[in-house]
Amino acid sequence: MAGSRMKLELSRVLQGGGRLGVLRGLGRTGQHSLELPGCLLYTHFGTVPHLTQDTLHTLSSLPSVTQVTLSNVAEHQEVLEDFTDGFGKFAGLHDTVLYCSLHDPATVCPAGYTTNKTVSVWGSGGRIELTAAKFMALQKTIRPDWYQSMADGETWQVNTSRKRVRKSVDRTLAHLDECLLLHEKSQELEGVSVFGVVEGGDILEERVRSARETAKRPVAGFCLDGLQTGSVDQPLRTRLIAAATKELPEDKPRLLQGVGRPDEVLLSVEAGADIFEGFFPFQVTERGCALCFDYDISPDPERAVLDPDEEKAEKAGDSPQNGDTPRADQTQMTSFEMDLKDKRYQDDFRPLVEGCGCYCCKTHQRAYLHHLLVTNELLAGVLLMIHNVAHYQGFFRALRGALATDKLDVLKRRVLSDAGGRTERKE
Amino acid sequence: MQCGDDTTTSENSMSLKKTLSVASPLTLRIVAECPVTKARACELVLPHGAVNTPVFMPVGTQGTMKGITVDQLDALGCRICLGNTYHLGMRPGPDLIEKARGLHGFMNWKRNLLTDSGGFQMVSLVELSEVTEEGVKFKSPYDGKEILLSPEKSISIQNSLGSDIMMQLDDVVSSTVTGPRVEEAMHRSIRWLDRCIAANKNPDKQNLFAIIQGGLNAELRKACLDEMTRRDVPGFAIGGLSGGEEKDDFWRMVTLSTDHLPREKPRYLMGVGYAVDLVVCVALGCDMFDCVFPTRTARFGSALVPWGSLQVKQKQYAKDLQPIDPDCQCPTCKRHSRAYLHALFKSDTAAMHHITIHNISYQLTLMRSVRQSIVDGRFPDFIRTFMKRLFPSRDQYPSWAVDALASVNVTLE
Repeated sequence: MAGSRMKLELSRVLQGGGRLGVLRGLGRTGQHSLELPGCLLYTHFGTVPHLTQDTLHTLSSLPSVTQVTLSNVAEHQEVLEDFTDGFGKFAGLHDTVLYCSLHDPATVCPAGYTTNKTVSVWGSGGRIELTAAKFMALQKTIRPDWYQSMADGETWQVNTSRKRVRKSVDRTLAHLDECLLLHEKSQELEGVSVFGVVEGGDILEERVRSARETAKRPVAGFCLDGLQTGSVDQPLRTRLIAAATKELPEDKPRLLQGVGRPDEVLLSVEAGADIFEGFFPFQVTERGCALCFDYDISPDPERAVLDPDEEKAEKAGDSPQNGDTPRADQTQMTSFEMDLKDKRYQDDFRPLVEGCGCYCCKTHQRAYLHHLLVTNELLAGVLLMIHNVAHYQGFFRALRGALATDKLDVLKRRVLSDAGGRTERKE
Repeated sequence: MQCGDDTTTSENSMSLKKTLSVASPLTLRIVAECPVTKARACELVLPHGAVNTPVFMPVGTQGTMKGITVDQLDALGCRICLGNTYHLGMRPGPDLIEKARGLHGFMNWKRNLLTDSGGFQMVSLVELSEVTEEGVKFKSPYDGKEILLSPEKSISIQNSLGSDIMMQLDDVVSSTVTGPRVEEAMHRSIRWLDRCIAANKNPDKQNLFAIIQGGLNAELRKACLDEMTRRDVPGFAIGGLSGGEEKDDFWRMVTLSTDHLPREKPRYLMGVGYAVDLVVCVALGCDMFDCVFPTRTARFGSALVPWGSLQVKQKQYAKDLQPIDPDCQCPTCKRHSRAYLHALFKSDTAAMHHITIHNISYQLTLMRSVRQSIVDGRFPDFIRTFMKRLFPSRDQYPSWAVDALASVNVTLE
């Protein structure tokens, strides 16, 4: 297992494939764990977008795993080599598990630059081409606890040919073998977990082949690539995940890349995905929106029924509803959020989400956020990011709760068909 | 005028103090006075708590401190910050802020706030402005509508904002302008002060400060001081400076003003925030300062340090693993290296927040050290050490600072 201490304890597996469990043995000393289904802490170069450690730590339950991407880090290899203590310490991250992925899930990177020997990442200074040797040298300087192997995931474009998809599977397996070989020779990477990458585009047989072949390698878990929002629709994604995970050993975790919308997360969990990248709250923040979808399924009699008039009014302003086209631009607003730039919030002195315990909701009101957004103030991003991360974490908690209590259907109804169902409650 | 006239004759400081503590929501307790310079350490008690002076007040123009939360600002020890009446009057507007229980409620800031009159921005930001006896006329940059900012209007907005200290509307002329326009502006500012005093709806909750004008002309300044100090306002600002004038003129106008301002009332030097200027002007007797410089320069990656500034984005820091200032206790310096911040500037806006926090911390820490040295009776020594650290050699000391300090008996070796 390339020396990985990672250990998956499943407490529940649904018939369809949904899994509840804990991923243990994370970190150098193995003392960290991640509850599944779970999501990672999304960062730009180790920093949660807009947040300093002070603002970040207003959040009470942060994911134990921080994601950093090679596209951010690659151009800083030199200083990291000088530093020698790894990226985590360099970034001032002292008590978190570090996971290193290849690309930034919130950024589309140009296709056409992957070769048989290399992959490319885009940093602030442009493209950096990585051979397996360079890729592994980077991992040695970053010293993550866990990383994604090199992969050719350029199958997301419409009309990618079967030949190209097959090539991506073959290349990714070749990359993996090369990475594993270098990994095993490296003392620095002892105890570090490697995730193999399952490709295969939207072709079922290729997905199955990729999964089957990757599962033969000594990897700690699997990344499911090429299924990101915009590349396939959810019914197809569900089928492809289900088909691929059937080929994967049950005792290893599966990380679904590039999927963050709550509806897609729910359906992908049902299909067998365990881990998600936490970039969705960031995308919502960047468009000046706040997550407000309802995921509360507790049988609380106090929980008032939504005021129908208000709900209508709320929904009127949202263009796309749940079920909007899956290939839609990821910068488009979804029905899980409210647009605080909208004039109707100008004199709305309620918190973003009634009952939310995050710093933003406890301290500020919609009217203030509206003001910060229309005046382009930096604090808008800070406060929205705090709220959106908190709300998204709450959703994952609710998801685990629903799996534990056999209420996934209730949660699905609330989040999916109750689309646009707001947490707005009558005061 | 009505509340100005009945107390102006009281020359006796004791009775004046008494009158003030009853009449205005401000008390100034002089904790220590430097036996050498004109510096003083005071405790200024305002409706939202006590402020130790000398104090630097960071500027939160639109009801927010540039990416910093109110809790972060509070944790840095900030007890008073600024909001800009012009910006807030435009967006979100006084009515909305009043509904939000004032600017304090709107931004949820529990400490003190000072608001300017809006006049300065009008003259500096808005091209189409015309000053008449009525007020400042300008076209709204948002809808092109013609708006008149009169003294009454300025105070009405500031009453809605609910700031602890409001500034009178003054007739601002660039400090480089000379001639009759300066005199006209000075006299008009006095008339507008009286209109502002009369317009203040909350004299029991909100302090109105007068602004001394008179350009760089000592006689006009003196005339303005004579007139304005006859009014019973809770505090005074020294205005019309920090606008590109010669530093030699600047410090002479400052020291002239403090010479004639009453000892019992706070003195606020507007628009001053460079470290040297702060230290020198404290020596000249000023208590309060504000400036956008520390927070603005932070967003360009310029970190303030005891030896000047450090441009984090410059290549030379790409591999520098030290904190910005190894002696600094701010959250940024305690956690992050120059190299990390350098790299972060390429990835996320949080890099700016880190420097903003550091720079506010630098300003507030500087003023705390200044104050402590005054209390300990060693301010002249503090100045000498401060200057030595800031400038590599004696011949790089700015001559205006040397002269200004010499005028208050501090010689720099």
